[in-house]
Amino acid sequence: MSKEKTKKERNKFCSFVIKCNNAVVSNFTQKGKLKGCGSLNIHEYQGKEILELNGVSVPKGKVAFTVEEAVRAAETLTSDVWVVKAQIHAGGRGKAGGVKVAKSLEEVETYASEILGSTLVTHQTGPEGKVVKRLLIEEGCRIKKEYYIGFVVDRATSRIVLMASEEGGTEIEEIAEKYPEKIVKEVIDPVTGLTPFQARRVAFAINIPSKQVNKAVAFMTGLYKVFVDKDCSIAEINPLVLTEDGNIIALDAKLNFDANALYRHKDIVAYRDLDEENEKELEASKYDLSYIALNGNIGCMVNGAGLAMATMDIVKHYGGEPANFLDVGGGATAEKVTEAFKIILSDSKVKGIFVNIFGGIMKCDVIATGIVEAAKQVSLHVPLVVRLEGTNVELGKKILRESGVDIVAAESMADGAEKIVTLVEQGGNE
Amino acid sequence: MSVFINKDTKVLVQGITGATALFHTKQMLEYGTKIVGGVTPGKGGTTVEGVPVFNTVKDAVDVTEANASVIYVPAPFAADAILEAVDAELDLVICITEHIPVLDMVKVKRYMEGKKTRLIGPNCPGVITPEECKIGIMPGYIHKRGHVGVVSRSGTLTYEAVHQLSQAGIGQSTAVGIGGDPVNGTDFIDTLKAFNEDEDTYAVIMIGEIGGTAEEEAARWVKENMTKPVVGFIGGRTAPPGKRMGHAGAIISGGKGTADEKINVLTECGIKVAPTPSDMGATLIEVLKEQSLYEKCKTHEVVTK
Repeated sequence: MSKEKTKKERNKFCSFVIKCNNAVVSNFTQKGKLKGCGSLNIHEYQGKEILELNGVSVPKGKVAFTVEEAVRAAETLTSDVWVVKAQIHAGGRGKAGGVKVAKSLEEVETYASEILGSTLVTHQTGPEGKVVKRLLIEEGCRIKKEYYIGFVVDRATSRIVLMASEEGGTEIEEIAEKYPEKIVKEVIDPVTGLTPFQARRVAFAINIPSKQVNKAVAFMTGLYKVFVDKDCSIAEINPLVLTEDGNIIALDAKLNFDANALYRHKDIVAYRDLDEENEKELEASKYDLSYIALNGNIGCMVNGAGLAMATMDIVKHYGGEPANFLDVGGGATAEKVTEAFKIILSDSKVKGIFVNIFGGIMKCDVIATGIVEAAKQVSLHVPLVVRLEGTNVELGKKILRESGVDIVAAESMADGAEKIVTLVEQGGNE
Repeated sequence: MSVFINKDTKVLVQGITGATALFHTKQMLEYGTKIVGGVTPGKGGTTVEGVPVFNTVKDAVDVTEANASVIYVPAPFAADAILEAVDAELDLVICITEHIPVLDMVKVKRYMEGKKTRLIGPNCPGVITPEECKIGIMPGYIHKRGHVGVVSRSGTLTYEAVHQLSQAGIGQSTAVGIGGDPVNGTDFIDTLKAFNEDEDTYAVIMIGEIGGTAEEEAARWVKENMTKPVVGFIGGRTAPPGKRMGHAGAIISGGKGTADEKINVLTECGIKVAPTPSDMGATLIEVLKEQSLYEKCKTHEVVTK
């Protein structure tokens, strides 16, 4: 098959733009029980399962964990074309070879065995890529036109906003840049919810054919209901497609959930796939620590997200590179601090640690006790600079001084950052 | 003078019998805050720390004539606690609780439309008018009474700024932590407006962070309306570039929410931005000196270590 034709086939039968689910920056600014995450991400097939259960149209499909399951799934679907889709929590699967259109059961088998167990490297997985452990086998459909539909919570209006565009299949950021006039928005009043007239207005604005407008309205109101009922932080259908036979269906589905609301959604928590989460971040979340791995060599432990970001800023200002973002939160205990230390040190890149604490709720003596305990438990082998300020600071400093642990005290965050950067540089030159 | 709270503010503590609330009730009482009552459903008629406890906010207001409340209620029940305080027509509600589901806050904001109550937070350290009234969880001792207003999205970074000011002999009129949640009550502009109208505030320090566009909007407001100097800081300048900041939400408001974009807008609007978090105090002092306000803002001798 020629390259051109392959591309055409692919465009015709499927589309698979999955977006970045872990906005690094929003991780910093949103806190949640799923610390370091802010929102829970699930697989495409799980999202579609939720949509289907709530009457929102999706293509028929089945999840498969093995090649045999993939073939069996294809057999049960009444179709002569199947789409084999890698299920990982990252976008860009198509370009990385994680989505294939199969025209026979043999092809389903071939593609399934190629994709399952392979490592997909996309612009969102990082260079190490992600191993595919699950597939979605789906009926192919004939696409007439692709649209974009998304619900998000808008900070500026404090409301849920529906965004839509007739430029489906492209990332919304790209649409916003290239055709800002082609994005329509409706701000939704929580009292009424998304009203039919608003959904109609959107459907007409994105040029859904008159005949299908009612179907599109039902789709949008159904998706809105899922968003509200399940406490989504984002519900994005890209593309929403109009099929040759006149149906409106979600060809892809990206649902993220507000981590703070998971306590009331056991069904959503059950969808969590721990394989998809960073090991250290997962470990940190067990202790209610907000940790995000970065590429530098200076481990940071700070209380409060704002101060934690500012600490990274100042470390960089002095020429250092932070190895992580770690917010121990407001009510840290000595045990939590110890675990935080272990997590930081389990990163072999770490050549020094900077602790920057401004105690409010958190008392400095508690932090100090935790630091000393941790340093002893993990037999600290890298320089440690500690800056303490706030509630019970004198007591905290005394505990550090009298501990016998090699700790460099800092008088301010600038002083501490400068000291740790210098110490790490010296260590590197030895 | 000050903004939002002062020595006459009568405060209720919602969720007063919880461990965190109790700890901070003690701290607030020690600071001199007028805590007139507490609310915990089912504990009405009891007393903690010498403070009478009521079953409902309405009961507490009827008896104590409280005009403000502070909320330490756990996240699943916190939105309802805010609604109850708004219903009881308090002037001010400060919600400390973090991890409130964002859709709960969407409903709360809608309910509050047209109501008289001002909400600060959630997920904030609270508000303090030094040496008069402390409502929240901030360490009281770092604050000194004075003439610089502080407004911030981040708790511990607020302490950092206040500490730098106090150490440099610059007291504060009021420090307001507005909280970092995507949907919250009082915003930068509301607070700046209050500082602008407060005759005892001579200058303001505004501390923001990456995500959203609140800082940019505030900066534009400052350019148009503010008669007092404002200094800024934006945290997260070196945070790794997220591929999708604040999710698709950023598309709605335009703007990308990056630190650089914010710093540019602030600078364009005449707000001097501290280059590092360690320079927040120093940058403010520079501006005070430029505007011949330094002597007026110097409230106490510089602490030397």
